[in-house]
Amino acid sequence: MKGLIKFLDSFGAILLAIIWIAPLLFAFWAATHSTSDAVNLNLFSAWTLENFRVAWSGAPWLKYFINTFLLVTVILIGQFILTTLAGFAFAQLQFPGKDFVFILVLMQLFILPEVLIVENYAMVSRLGLFDSTLGVGMPYMASAFGIFLMRQSFKGVPIELHEAARIEGCGLLGILWRVYVPLAKPTYLAYALVSVSTHWNNFLWPLIVTNSPETRPLTVGLSIFGAPENGVDISIISAATLMSVAPLLIAFLIFQRQFVQAFLRAGIK
Amino acid sequence: MSAHANLERRRQAIYGWLLLSPAAVLLTLFAFYPSIATLWSSMFSRGTRRRPSEFVGTENYADLFADPTFWIVVKNNLLYAGVTIPVSIFIALSMALWANSKISARGFVRTAYFTPTVLPMIAAANLWLFFYTPGLGVLDQIGSLFGLPSVNWLGQPETALWAIIIVTIWKEAGFFMIFYLAALQTIPEDLKEAADIEGASRWTYTRRIVLPLLMPTTLFIAVNAMINSVKLIDHLFILTKGGPSDASKLILYYIWEMAFAFFDAPSAAAMTIMVIVVLGIVAAIQFFYLDKRTHYQ
Repeated sequence: MKGLIKFLDSFGAILLAIIWIAPLLFAFWAATHSTSDAVNLNLFSAWTLENFRVAWSGAPWLKYFINTFLLVTVILIGQFILTTLAGFAFAQLQFPGKDFVFILVLMQLFILPEVLIVENYAMVSRLGLFDSTLGVGMPYMASAFGIFLMRQSFKGVPIELHEAARIEGCGLLGILWRVYVPLAKPTYLAYALVSVSTHWNNFLWPLIVTNSPETRPLTVGLSIFGAPENGVDISIISAATLMSVAPLLIAFLIFQRQFVQAFLRAGIK
Repeated sequence: MSAHANLERRRQAIYGWLLLSPAAVLLTLFAFYPSIATLWSSMFSRGTRRRPSEFVGTENYADLFADPTFWIVVKNNLLYAGVTIPVSIFIALSMALWANSKISARGFVRTAYFTPTVLPMIAAANLWLFFYTPGLGVLDQIGSLFGLPSVNWLGQPETALWAIIIVTIWKEAGFFMIFYLAALQTIPEDLKEAADIEGASRWTYTRRIVLPLLMPTTLFIAVNAMINSVKLIDHLFILTKGGPSDASKLILYYIWEMAFAFFDAPSAAAMTIMVIVVLGIVAAIQFFYLDKRTHYQ
């Protein structure tokens, strides 16, 4: 009886797992076979890399890759600087108005940037940042989530270390840089993984703010490439899709444990 | 002495505000000012070349309430939330229970469940396109093995929204699983042993011990799923564009369409304000009510 239950458990779990990755497997299948072989699910047909070649030459992918890479880098640097400073102020300094401002910051957790697309678009245009990487990245830099995360992490630093550094003659910024930042390394790593994978995958806002291949990130490029108006067939769309998810997917498969830990650390308050 | 303390307090205040200012400036530019500007512009008429925009109070809201499409979209989004939230929570919980138990191929199972989380929604939509395409798609191929007729999953009003819902669940369940997984690992082994000694069945153990202990996690996930049911709309751009005849249109997509396809910013603003109000209510419920009821310490 016990053995049967265990078998059923494994069976159910593995069945669900196969269903869950089936879309990826089919895309892989379609991308490596000619369109007619792919849709007929002809298991003995020849493998080919032709679809990748066609897909690659069909759009400025290299440019899109570089754009996405620049975008996530700019956002991450901005977030690190802003959330470190603000998180430190909230965690370790006493000043009037702090609690009120903190509540304002928490409110931003629920006013999603996605919902404010219209006015944010107007703001970005006003600042002259339309169709620029900075324009795509800026609304995300002062992340309330990041400020909250850094505040939590800095609060855990023992006050003795702070005092010791002060007695040694370290200024406030010196203490932040030499004591708090090194101790928060795991939080930075976790935050970086979450931030990079979020913004690598972001679509709606970049779609609105970018208008040329010069700034367009991968997701927007992929959606334009796969648009039905372009009449691209399923094998080539699959190839393009796999190409654009490959870097993040491979990184995930290699650093799986860190990824999962990162999402956990970031999610649990 | 008190002069010194005073000085120190002043120094902290200056530093505090200095350190906050970069974040405060950006939050003002991209969250607070836009929220207020949205509220403001939702109360003005749409300006045309002949007639400049003027204050109309709640007229934009009244127009929206009179717009049948708006109600279709609201209904769609309620169904979208009402299905994706419980189903993805249920699947995430099953995944976590499995991924945490001693089954064979556990590593593979965990990876498979989590993988959709690292894919962009646009890519996910492209993958599922291959499933849904009539005639050529995988679903139709499987159906034809059993002699079922070809179905245009994305092209008919009865199924389009469901096709969208399935992609969303597929995308978010694995993400929610890891929160359950982490919570499961904090449940002490002794509880399981005690339950075994008492002769409690596995079902009783799960229902009476595991599920109550997972309550705070479930709440956290439910709030996240609710936020996702507002913001996860990228796949609409690939799969249905809200069609056919608005059958799969969701609120955020409609806001985008209003603002950037029909150039009707006041209506988009009025809808945005309503979404913010709903999100605010969710936040308030979470902060003041549920948070108190799910802590056991």
